Amino acid sequence: MTKSDLVQTLSEKISTLTKKECEVIVDTVFQNMRSALHRGEKIEIRGFGSFTVRVRRAKEGRNPKTGEKVSIPEKRIPFFKVGKELRELVNR
Amino acid sequence: MTKADLVEIVYEKVGGLSKKESQDIVETIFDTMKDILKDGEKIKISGFGNFILRDKRPRKGRNPQTGDDIQITARRVLTFRPSQILKAFINEDKA
Repeated sequence: MTKSDLVQTLSEKISTLTKKECEVIVDTVFQNMRSALHRGEKIEIRGFGSFTVRVRRAKEGRNPKTGEKVSIPEKRIPFFKVGKELRELVNR
Repeated sequence: MTKADLVEIVYEKVGGLSKKESQDIVETIFDTMKDILKDGEKIKISGFGNFILRDKRPRKGRNPQTGDDIQITARRVLTFRPSQILKAFINEDKA
């Protein structure tokens, strides 16, 4: 399923909304989830899971081609932990 | 951020919806995603990431408390692969 399939399904399930409105809503939801993670905020969707940001410390690396040392800066990584309900649902 | 916060954001930013409608649609988004994943299908949200199902074979494990050998059963697990866009975005400097 892609985002546009999700929009299509929503517009079929919720008859009072047009497809265009569903698209705007779905985009609003994911855009604001992105912004929350950008702020370093945790997102908790009960029954689904939670999204957090993990920080990878800066470290020294090496260019595998030349063997030269390179410094790899600190990096933030989005992380998803599946909720109990969904974990059990997919494993059935 | 919780689901209730997302409901509030949808209510404020998307015009013409009641609180109830905003709540219903946010619930329906996550319920639909759950149904799809339950049926074993992956979900690709461009600009956000992919929710992927992986089938794990049974493997040997150990009870860390007692040291007993146990069998970890075959299972299907859900993983999230963030999109390049999301990964780049959360590393951008805050405006």
